[in-house]
Parts: sequence; C-alpha cells; structure tokens
Amino acid sequence: MTSAMEIYQLLPKTNCKECNESTCMAFAVALLSGSRQYTECPPLIKDDKYHNSRIKLEEILKPIRGAEETGLIVHEELCSGCGNCVVACPVNVANDPHGSGRGFGPTNDKVIFRVIDGKVKAANIEECRRFGKNRIMCNACIDPCPTEAIEFV
Amino acid sequence: MSDITTWICTGCALLCEDIQVYAANGRVEKVEHACMMGKSRVTGCKHIAKPMVDHTEVTIDKAISKAAHILKNADNPVLYGWGNSTSQAQIAGIELARVLNAVIDSTSSFCQGITINEILQGQMPSCTLEDVREKADVILYWGADPMSSHPRHLSKYSYFPRGDMRQHGYEEDRKAIAIDVRQSRTARICKDMFYRIPPGSDLEFMKALLDALDGKVPKLSFDLDIKRLLELATLLKQCEFGVIFAGLGLVYSIKEDIQILSGLISKLNELSNFSLIPMVGHFNMRGFNHNLFNETGYIHRVKFTDKGPVSGIEFSIIEQLKGNADAILIIGSDPLASLPGALSKRIEDIPLILIDPCENLTTKAADVTIPCKASGIEEGGTAYRMDGEIIELSPFVQSKGMSDEMIIQRIIKEIN
Ligand code: SF4
Repeated sequence: MTSAMEIYQLLPKTNCKECNESTCMAFAVALLSGSRQYTECPPLIKDDKYHNSRIKLEEILKPIRGAEETGLIVHEELCSGCGNCVVACPVNVANDPHGSGRGFGPTNDKVIFRVIDGKVKAANIEECRRFGKNRIMCNACIDPCPTEAIEFV
Repeated sequence: MSDITTWICTGCALLCEDIQVYAANGRVEKVEHACMMGKSRVTGCKHIAKPMVDHTEVTIDKAISKAAHILKNADNPVLYGWGNSTSQAQIAGIELARVLNAVIDSTSSFCQGITINEILQGQMPSCTLEDVREKADVILYWGADPMSSHPRHLSKYSYFPRGDMRQHGYEEDRKAIAIDVRQSRTARICKDMFYRIPPGSDLEFMKALLDALDGKVPKLSFDLDIKRLLELATLLKQCEFGVIFAGLGLVYSIKEDIQILSGLISKLNELSNFSLIPMVGHFNMRGFNHNLFNETGYIHRVKFTDKGPVSGIEFSIIEQLKGNADAILIIGSDPLASLPGALSKRIEDIPLILIDPCENLTTKAADVTIPCKASGIEEGGTAYRMDGEIIELSPFVQSKGMSDEMIIQRIIKEIN
C-alpha cells in the first residue's frame, strides 16, 4: 500500500509552499487522501528534472484517485471475478439475501459488489459499513479475496 | 438495444447458470456474474479455425471426407478429447468408435477417471453442489485449488453462500480445510486449516488420518504437528455434512490406488457423514465418462472390437501413443499444449485430425482441421456438471457452421 513517505520522496522536498501547504510532507498527505492533485505542485510540473517523478506519481496515485469515499479500491488487474466479496459482503447479503446471499449473481441494484466482464465493480458505496456516522472497520470483502484485489486506503 | 440472455457458462465444469449476457447484433457487449474464465469463454476464440487439409484451406466438405478417409484406412485409430463437447457429440463419437473398431479415451484417463469410476460403480458416496451449499459444514479441498481452476466454486457453492442449514454464513457455520503441497489461493482462504504436505505424500497422510480417526497414535515421516492432525480428525468426526473435493493433486498422488481413499471415505461415514466430489475441469469432461459408461459399462480407455467393447490401461491415450496408434482424431482439446514432449511428437508423426472452434497449438500440426461451432455458445445440448447433474446448455449466438455432433455424424456417413 502507498504511504505518504513514498509520495513525499517523489516531490521536490523544498517546502517552497507554492502549493499553499506548509510543507511538502503536508502536500504528500493531501495527495494520499485524494483531496489534492500532484499537478497542483508548480515546480514539479514546470521543471523537467521531475519528469520521472511525475510518471511514478501518476502511477501510484491512480488507484487513489479511483478510490471511493470509503477509501475502497479494486485492483482490477488482480481480480479473477470469483465473486467471494459479492457473496461475503454483509451489505450485499442484507440487500439481496436470495441472490448474492445464496451465492448467485446479484438480483437487484442495491448491492455494493457485482462482477461485470469478469471483474468486480463497486457501487452504492454509501451503504458500506465503513461509511457514515456509525462506521466500523469491516473487512468482510477484503478477507475472502484470494488475490488481495480489494483495498481500503 | 442489447438483448439479455441468461447463459449457462461453459468455462468450467461448474456450469454456472446465472450469467447475464448482453448482446447486440451478435456482439457481446457486457457479461454479468461470470468470472474471468467465463468471460473469456463468451468472448470466444482469438483465431477461429478454418477447414484445412495438409495446411491448405479447403471446403468443410472436403475436410470431412479427408478425415473419414484417414480414419477408415487406419488400423488403430484413436479418438481423443471430448471434455469440451456436448453429451450429444460424445455419444456420436462413441458411435464413430464402434463403426471404426477404434480406441476412444479422454483426459480423464490420467485425471479424475478413477474417482468418477468409483462413484459410477456405486462404491463412493457423492452429492450435488446444491447439497453442499445447503448443508455442508466441513469442506475439505484435497490437492485442489478451485480458487484458480473453478473461480466461483467457493462463492457459489462450497464455502461463502448462506445455505438452508447454514444460515449464519461461512464465518460461523462452515469450516474449510485445504490439504496441499503448496499454499494455493484456496489454502490461503482456509488460513490455519491449511495442511501443507510434501509432494507425493497424500497416501501417507491419508493413512495417518485413518489412524487418528481410529484413535491410534498417527505417525508421519515429515514435519507436521501431530496435534494438528488429531484436531483435523476430531473435526471430521464431529461434522454433520462433510464433503471432500478431490483435486488433481490428490488423484495424481494416489495414482491407480483408489482403495485407500475409498477406505477413508467409508471410515468417515461410519463416524459421521461424508461425500466426495471430483474437481472436474472441462465443462463436460464428466459427461464423457457417464455417456461411455451408459454405452459400454466402462468410463474410459475403451477399444471396440468385433466381440464388443473392452477396456484396459493399454487403451489409454498415453499407452496408445507410445504403441500402435496410427491415426488420431482430437476433439475440443489441445494436447500439444498439455501432453509431455515425447507424446506430442508422436501425435505430430501420425495422421492428425482436429475438430475445434479455435486455432490452437494442435491445429498448427494437424493434417486435417474441421472447425465446429462453440458448444454452449453457438450450439446447444446437454452436459454433466462436476457433480454429475445433467444441465441443458443455452446457446445465444446464431451461426452458420456445423456442430461437432453434426461433423461426427457426417464422418460416420462417409465411412459407411
Ligand atoms: S466458475 Fe466456471 S462456470 Fe462459473 S463463471 Fe467461472 S468459468 Fe464459468
């Protein structure tokens, strides 16, 4: 999993504040949370010596940009479409007990996980138990995944 | 607007029946609920096979005549493959073998044949995948890694779903155990119920487990905590509805020695309640065994003679290739990609006829290639799921080609 330190190492590390953050580290944390984009760092964009850093940042930040508000990321390249998460997710089971809950493909649109074109896709993310006021550290989709294709950042 | 079809997936022998295919003008636009393997099955061949004789494109009629000519003139023709064919094509294939006095065999010859034979002979209790979903509380994957070979196995049937008698889900109601030589994807899901054993030691482990079940002190020549083995024995004894999924790892390891596995299952059935389901790979591999059994009383390695069918190890594809096979028809299989080098060489040396929807390694070496429709996609019929249930396939693409069954019927006609 990507860390703020790893991102920081790719930034100019001059604490120039042009991004309006107090330090490069603070900017790295903002990048990790998805609240800012690396293109908002002027020196990084202007100076050609950061060319390789930009490529690397693009690569490691891509999944974070795709992350839902709960921080959920599906690494599609790892997913085999087995559907373990579809059947194990307690929200899927509660919202579709006779479909996903019994091992079938979801039978309605109220589920979080469903497999499309051989890869799992997430929707209705506001229903996730990691979301909202009473959030809990649910692991029910990560735990049964045989390829570590699901991650929360 | 796309048409939505509920499709029976022919990607593996689970034959998942809940796949939604969205297609417009014959083009698949979206597939729901199928795993990656199923998705690639729907998407079809990378390269479609063409009718060829001696590496030159010909009409399909010409390819069929040439195939009939080769088979009719061979002294010892062998018909092999069959796992990706419908039962109807398999039955036609058995008829072709009868007409030719040929040998007919399938991949089951060196994989699940022995377990399926025990089940068909009534020597090994088995059950359906629905039984597993509704009732199973102890699931043992032995030398099997369904997470890689049958991706929806655990989610659809064997571990994760809520069943009638397993309402609380897998965390509370089911125990999954893996016995394997490596920590497979399935073993990872079984966590601390994974028993790693050295390659080839399945029989030794089985004997030790039998001792533990008998209340004797088990011995093992390799490093595995005996306490864990005793724990396993206790769990198996206490279960309400247990099932063993026998994978290729187990079958290869016990070779032809099925007695000890049958012994273990009977012992378990004295103490609790256990069934075995073979982890069959191709979508109708098990069908070949059932259909041949219905026609001849044997499940594979059959030779037709003037006095009727006979069966024996000498009629296995491997022995035939080592020995006197002088022409081979391969259907829905790519043995040049899977058989050991020396045997593949032999296939290339004798006249080779291939019936397949797609180009593969074997088509490149074939003397005659006859393209057929993709079973279950362009052509219907029935197939046997891995647990022996008969499933009606649901083709959704209209195409002009010929099914493998039609091709075989035509070959029979030309021979007669
Ligand atoms: S598990 Fe097998 S039958 Fe089910 S969708 Fe995947 S390939 Fe198809």
